[in-house]
Parts: sequence; structure tokens; C-alpha cells
Amino acid sequence: MIESRDILETIEMIENENLDIRTVTMGISLLDCIDADIDKACAKVYEKITRLAKNLVPVCEEIEKELGIPIINKRISVTPIAMIAAACHSKDVVKFAITLEKAAVAVGVNFIGGYSALVQKGFAAGDKELIESIPEALSVTDHICSSVNIGSTKAGLNMDAIAMMGKVIRKTAELTADRQCIGAAKLVVFCNAPEDNPFMAGAFHGVGEPDCEINVGVSGPGVVRAAIAKSKGLDLSGVADLIKRTAFKITRMGQLVAMRASERLGVPFGIVDLSLAPTPAVGDSVAHILEEIGLESVGACGTTACLAMLNDAVKKGGVMASSHVGGLSGAFIPVTEDAGMIDAARTGALTLEKLEAMTAVCSVGLDMINIPGNTPAEVISALIADEAAIGMVNTKTTAVRVIPAIGKDVGEELSFGGLLGSGPVMPISRCSPAKFIGRGGRIPAPMQSLKN
Amino acid sequence: MKAVITVVGKDTVGILARVAGECANYNVNVLEVSQTILQDMFCMMMIVDIDKVNIPFAQFTDKMAEMGNSIGMSIRAMHEDIFNSMHRI
Repeated sequence: MIESRDILETIEMIENENLDIRTVTMGISLLDCIDADIDKACAKVYEKITRLAKNLVPVCEEIEKELGIPIINKRISVTPIAMIAAACHSKDVVKFAITLEKAAVAVGVNFIGGYSALVQKGFAAGDKELIESIPEALSVTDHICSSVNIGSTKAGLNMDAIAMMGKVIRKTAELTADRQCIGAAKLVVFCNAPEDNPFMAGAFHGVGEPDCEINVGVSGPGVVRAAIAKSKGLDLSGVADLIKRTAFKITRMGQLVAMRASERLGVPFGIVDLSLAPTPAVGDSVAHILEEIGLESVGACGTTACLAMLNDAVKKGGVMASSHVGGLSGAFIPVTEDAGMIDAARTGALTLEKLEAMTAVCSVGLDMINIPGNTPAEVISALIADEAAIGMVNTKTTAVRVIPAIGKDVGEELSFGGLLGSGPVMPISRCSPAKFIGRGGRIPAPMQSLKN
Repeated sequence: MKAVITVVGKDTVGILARVAGECANYNVNVLEVSQTILQDMFCMMMIVDIDKVNIPFAQFTDKMAEMGNSIGMSIRAMHEDIFNSMHRI
């Protein structure tokens, strides 16, 4: 028997607390599209994506209506394009980006991720060409996301790739300076990148994954915040327990949607990603959860501790609700995509240094942060190195997605619109790490990698 | 299979009749109804059987929402699975 109280709670979550399924992402392997002739390879890529993902959007829309829960994004992730491009005689890799863009428009998805290279230990054939083509690829497309994995706990950090990425991020922002530097918002640099991540900009379809699968990312910061706000006088054990119970409910919804989508599309279910993904909408903020727990503003002393507890409780609650958990699975802290983070960054309560500390205890990393337009490439590279070092040593995923605001300085704003949001340009250290970055080479893998 | 229809809005004459009538049009059988009035707000929950619904269920949810809009009420039809999976282990 369904109880009225349960019905009302679910509807309240959806109507007033912004509960939604953030993304249904179809992972598609392009390994069988490899061809020495780049045009033939592109034709195979287009055919495969449009064939497998033809019904992705209509099926998701149908499920949305039946269950009454919004599915905000329908996306595709593909095999890192550097691997597909490696076999091509032509080095005009941007052709793949244009092909993916056409496929994205044809099937009506919000984004395709996987314009990517995995270079944690070094560059294989095709990797350098792909990385160098990222600025152009992101400036001539609207629906393509790019990522580069530059380090891992097992391999250490590829400092040559990190040095390249500083320049690539700057150039990507410069080429899209007339559009709020939006190219850089679709480019993320990873350490320990997961191969089944449904979230953008870092989604790609790893080589160990099946030919095609469905991965789902849930959301629901607003629901967690509301649950804490409604229950007065709990100590922190009680708060953690409440977050677990709420995360369980949210994740069950993700599991249900994933199973239905998988069944109707005839594609295996991959994972549910247990992430609390915020949006710029009021009432859908991870920062506001931390403030509800008891901080005057995110960025205050205590932020890292609250976030550690939140992140852990979300996983504990979510893991039992889903048969397979994967992806990034943790609380996201993208500054421009979170109303509470935006406010705290504007007032100066939240700094880049505090955000770096927060990334040591939660999912992902320095995400959607606007930095001054004149930030040198080597400073961006060194920022990536710091963040990757946190991931490498703690055996976790970390990432950097910063947007150099070309022509703008601290206090001015960039506005991307939609889920990418808007936010102020934040100050960053001006001391030069040029000599460090100029050395190149690799930072060796840490002792943590020797587990066998 | 069952679905839950919820109706919320200002109380007027004939809401239950209209919603039940619409269900009958689409061959949806009403199994259970509970309703309350909270400060002039009408709040109704219906459990219905959708095994023999004569249009795709996704379209039925649209029809119910449209009818709700036309009479100034918020009407949602949702498959029971969402409640079962969220509130049952």
C-alpha cells in the first residue's frame, strides 16, 4: 500500500526542492570505428552514435512523464577520441569534433563528452595532436566536452602534459572570448579520471566499458538541505544519518530511471553516480547544505569538515540504493553552478585556497572557477599540478576546470547561462611557478600506488 | 499496474467528478480516493489501475496535467513505481 505521507513527500521533493535526475548518459564505444582514412572514421562514428542513441531522448522524455520526475540532461559519452584518431593518416583531428557535434544535434542530446586523451604516463600516437586541437574544437562546436587525464595514483603526474594544458586552457578561453570564454567551461583536466562518469565536462567512455551502456547521475542538494532544515536540534550524528536516509531515497530514483532506460533502449545498465550536483537555481545548492548544517557562509572555518561529512553520508546512503555505483560519486562544488558558492565568492568568503582544501574531501576538484584573464599559462599549469597531487596521493579523482576571463580582472563577472551559471573572477596567486613547470618530466607515482 | 493521481488547488464544485470522468474516458479504473480540504485548498489523492489505459501512459499524464491547467488545479499522474522504489526497501 502506498501511504499518503510518502506520496506527498515525493511530490514536495520534486516540486519545491528541485529533485531531479541530472543526467542519463549513454556511453558508446567507438573502438570499432577506427580507420586510417579520417573521413571514413568520422562517417562510422556518426553512423554508430546516431544509430545507438536514436531513441535516447524520446525514451527519457517518456520516462520523465510516466514517473513525474524531470530528467534534465540527456547526454552521450564516447571513447577518448585520441585513441580513434591515432590510426588516422590525417592529423586534422577537429574533423572528429565536428562529426560529434553533428551527431549531437541529430539525436538532440545536450552534450557529447569524450573529446579526450589519457596521458597520465606519457603521450601515445594521436594524444598530442588531440590536445593541441582542443581550443579550436571547442570554439567551433557547442555540444562537445573535452577532458584530459594527466595523472593517476598508479602512474604519477605527467608534468609535460600539465605544462601543455595550462596553455591549452588559456587558448581555449581566448578563442571563445567573445562568448564569455565558454570553451574553457567545457574542458576539464583530471587526475584519476573515472571511465564511467556520466557528468560533463569530464564524461568519456573508458576502454574497459561495454560497447554501449546507460549511466545515470542523480541530483538533489535542495532535498538534503530541506531535510536538515525541517529537523531541528539534531547533533552531527543525527545530521549524518538524515543525509544518509535522504541520499538513499534520491538514489533509488536514479536506479529506477536507469533500469527503465536500460530496458527500453535495450542497452545494459552501467552505474548510478551518487553525486549531489547543484544548479545555479535557488534551493539547489551544495553550499546551502553546509550553511544549513551551521556555517554562516561556505568558506568559513568548518567548511571542509562539514563537506567531508556530507560527502561520506551521501555515499553511505546511496550505495545500498543502487546495484552498481560508479562515476565520480560525491558532492560537487562547481563555483559558478551553485548559488551559495557564487554569493560566497562574490563577498570573498570563499577563496581558491579554501576550495583546494575542500577538494581533498569531496568529489572532483577546482570546478567552474573564473580566474583573471591575464593569468599566465604556467600558473594554470601549477594549479593543475597542485590539484592533481591531491588526487594522486589520496587515491581519488581530482580535476581542474578553470575559466581564464580574457580581458577581465578580479571582481568582474562571467555569465555562461543555463546550468553553467555565472560568477565573479576570483583572485589567484601571482607568484611565478615558471621554473617548476619549465622542468617538465614526471612526478613519480607515490608509495600509495604500491599495493600489490 | 497502478498510478497515483494527485490534485491540488482551490476547492470548487465538481473536481472529483471531472477527474474521475477523465479517468473513465481513458479506461483508467479508480481504486481508491482520499481527499482533504486544508484552508480552502483541495487536496486529493487517487490510486488508479492503468492496466487497460487506452492511450500510452505518458500521454495520459499530459492529458491530466492539461485538464488541471484548464480548471486552475495542479494535477499529476505518476506511476506507482516511483513511490515504491523511493519508500520501500
